[in-house]
Amino acid sequence: MTHLKQLEQESIHIIREVVAEFRNPVMLYSVGKDSAVMIRLAQKAFHPGRFPFPLMHVDTGYKFPEMYRFRDSLVERIGARLIVESNTQAVERGTHPAQLGNDKCCQQLKTRALLDAIAKHRFDAAFGGARRDEEKSRAKERFFSVRDEFGQWDPKNQRPELWNLYNADIGERESVRIFPLSNWTELDVWQYIKLENIPLVPLYFSQSRQVIELNGITIPFEYANLVDPERKLGLSDAETKQVGCRFRSLGCIPCTGAVVSDAQTIDDIIQEVIDARRSERENRIIDLTSDSSMEQKKREGYF
Amino acid sequence: MSSKTELTAYENKSLLRFTTSGSVDDGKSTLIGRLLYETNCIFEDQFAAVERTSQRRGDKRVDLALLLDGLAAEREQGITIDVAYRYFTTAKRKFIIADTPGHEQYTRNMVTGASTSQLAIILIDARHGVVTQSRRHGFLISLLQIPHLVVAVNKMDLVDYSEAAFRRIVEDYTEFSQKLDIHDISFIPISALDGDNVTTRSPNMPWYDGHTLLHMLENVQVSADKNYVDFRFPVQNVLRPNLDFRGFSGNVTSGTIRVGEEIATLPSGKISRIKSIVTYDGELEEAFAGQAVTLTLEDEIDISRGDMIVRRNNLPHVGNEFDVNLCWLDEQPMNPRTHYLLKHTTQKVKAYISGIHYRINVNTLHRETTDHFALNEIGRVTIKSSRPLFFDSYRVNQGTGSFILIDPLSNHTVAAGMIRGQPRDVKSVTHTRHAESLRSANVHWEGGMISRQSWEQRNGHKAAVIWCTGLSGAGKSTVAKGLISALFARQCQVMMLDGDNVRHGLCGDLGFSDQDRSENIRRVGETARLFYEQGNIVICTFISPFHDDRGFVRSILPQGAFHEVYIKCDLSVCKRRDPKGLYRRAEAGEIKEFTGIDSPYEEPENAEVVVETDIDSVESIVAQLEAYLLERGIIS
Repeated sequence: MTHLKQLEQESIHIIREVVAEFRNPVMLYSVGKDSAVMIRLAQKAFHPGRFPFPLMHVDTGYKFPEMYRFRDSLVERIGARLIVESNTQAVERGTHPAQLGNDKCCQQLKTRALLDAIAKHRFDAAFGGARRDEEKSRAKERFFSVRDEFGQWDPKNQRPELWNLYNADIGERESVRIFPLSNWTELDVWQYIKLENIPLVPLYFSQSRQVIELNGITIPFEYANLVDPERKLGLSDAETKQVGCRFRSLGCIPCTGAVVSDAQTIDDIIQEVIDARRSERENRIIDLTSDSSMEQKKREGYF
Repeated sequence: MSSKTELTAYENKSLLRFTTSGSVDDGKSTLIGRLLYETNCIFEDQFAAVERTSQRRGDKRVDLALLLDGLAAEREQGITIDVAYRYFTTAKRKFIIADTPGHEQYTRNMVTGASTSQLAIILIDARHGVVTQSRRHGFLISLLQIPHLVVAVNKMDLVDYSEAAFRRIVEDYTEFSQKLDIHDISFIPISALDGDNVTTRSPNMPWYDGHTLLHMLENVQVSADKNYVDFRFPVQNVLRPNLDFRGFSGNVTSGTIRVGEEIATLPSGKISRIKSIVTYDGELEEAFAGQAVTLTLEDEIDISRGDMIVRRNNLPHVGNEFDVNLCWLDEQPMNPRTHYLLKHTTQKVKAYISGIHYRINVNTLHRETTDHFALNEIGRVTIKSSRPLFFDSYRVNQGTGSFILIDPLSNHTVAAGMIRGQPRDVKSVTHTRHAESLRSANVHWEGGMISRQSWEQRNGHKAAVIWCTGLSGAGKSTVAKGLISALFARQCQVMMLDGDNVRHGLCGDLGFSDQDRSENIRRVGETARLFYEQGNIVICTFISPFHDDRGFVRSILPQGAFHEVYIKCDLSVCKRRDPKGLYRRAEAGEIKEFTGIDSPYEEPENAEVVVETDIDSVESIVAQLEAYLLERGIIS
């Protein structure tokens, strides 16, 4: 069996275990490439039926318009149930990274919103597309990551996972994050997308875009207007340039940079990933605050 | 830069999961950092992040090991405190590394990392040689049955790339590994810090003519390690998307199955055939070990999660009591008086520890008596479950031989278990019988058309297993040959199973570790049983030094079928006879773990017959045995 098939079988096994052992699971859907792969695996796990859990999008309101369009068309195509949740209070207050700082903004719009949604719907298990190769602290994650009633991760007190036997038993108010893609790498994900012909948001592919440099990160100019109509993120037309670029990972507009690239097809992207000398999250501002910023976020309940 | 042709190679590569272990400062993290770095799997920004940390700590150079230490606490203390998973790839293979720390208190992590690995790398510091921890890691690898072991002798740069230093470690570790159940072991001298023999051949060690570490990792054959014989399919979910479809989904744990083949379901014992093998990518004609599929059956049978679909003529053991190697993983010590939840395949049942046989001191490998296990302790226990499990021994089938225990109060995973087999003490014969009857209620043994009773009637004598135990040189074979001649003359149907003979074929893969000796006896016992069932008088001649092993053979046979004959002879006489020159070699240290020299012989306490070859002649002993068989009505 090829490595992709082996990874696929492992993930399907995990998704099926969760459905068998938990009362009310949900699959987090971020509209990115990892989510796309995870959904395909869920389809495979329950074929010829539909997967027996809803998708949930934790919406910060700062996602790319292409992502919203793609999300809605996917849900319609595969006939899944979609839940959209956000921290409405924070959104109404106009929470914004420029005003609150990146860490606080994430804490409010992502972590808080996610924890509230899990509590509101009484989900006991939430699938996420995080992979261990993404970041150092994620390398220590389990497939079944137990969170206390505040959604917090305790890296020093994790359950050992042996063979393919997963312990799904939890206490009254605890929940579990499930990471079926733990053993996948960015390259595996792209190869699988190619193999399975999985549709993706066009932002992943290179196009000529008008961009601007902000804190060393390349941001397409059209989005400055969307995110910050009054101040346009403090950018002016004069500072822009036209380059061929794409997004290696997708997050919120103000915190997701593009990379200069000519990769217009999946094969181009796979070639680029094989040759890449920079990691995929380097354009994600949230990881750069300190050497352990992801660990800190995870401890607070982030994925 | 990669070319288009390489792109296809990248899509069709295989997967190798391996684990690394070593004691503190053996350079394990440096080695992994080196592998990642040399295969271009470290990114500039990740490198920059550890460079910053290295500078802040005031290191002289960038510490590649920092790439692996994921948690803030570890980076500050400079040690690894939990299993971390790392990934790298070449055009040939994708690699998943379970990086486990070597400290004594983290046996738990090593067992965890090892449970999913196909290969293990043990690092040994060339300056310090084989240390306690290297032995402990070897023991755990053997216990977890990782098929391939690579011993990487690291820091060769610090011993002037000395071949002698390397050879000494190879010798020491080879000798130690004889005691273990490890079949494929290779040694390689490296310097992880400078990269010698990691991905390229070292110019500093021209005397080494083996492969680089990466070459070994890329080329080790792992496909043969899977069990493709015994079809086991634990049902994960029952799929009923509509009224016309009822499928059973799960992973094929081992073996293969084809559409149309006859299957049995456990525990019901109902028989049916495979109607279809359904996947999202289309229906399959055949499914094999490792595949996640959905099976539909020809007949409407009530099957739920936790049931097992198997081939009709190849059944697992069915039982609710089993003999187990157990590793305790929780801070809270074992409580033998409490119930735990046992998760095995897709079943979860209540279970408790009904007997503790011994604890193994992982440093000396000695057995110690104890009444409970604490964190990181390993040993042998008997476990009883509230419902029968469908299992195989871990050696034969990892998927159906492994389980975890969960504490129902804390919900922690408290132990990892590897099933050795059915319980081996004589007391539990009733349970084994019970399992047997449960198994044969609906599903019949192959070849059972002619009953033992019919064979016995035709042969004119009863079937029996005569088990001759005793020291090497005690005269077991001589006595057995005499008895065979006598029985032949009486026109009896006789089968002889001799220690030396089975070691050539049936048990040719086994060594002389305690574990291997037990497995040897188990196989012989099972073989003897097959001949017994066809009416033979089976004469077995084995040193069989352990009570438990002889008790096991007794336990798998019907009451009264097993006759233990203790061939007693004083050790000094055996040494003097020494027909194969083995005592001489054992005393010279050429053979290790030789019974009577440096391995114990546990004398039978309740043997049916005791004969003394240092007092009586062979003829008179054969006559004694004939008299015994007559008295018992086996021959007439």
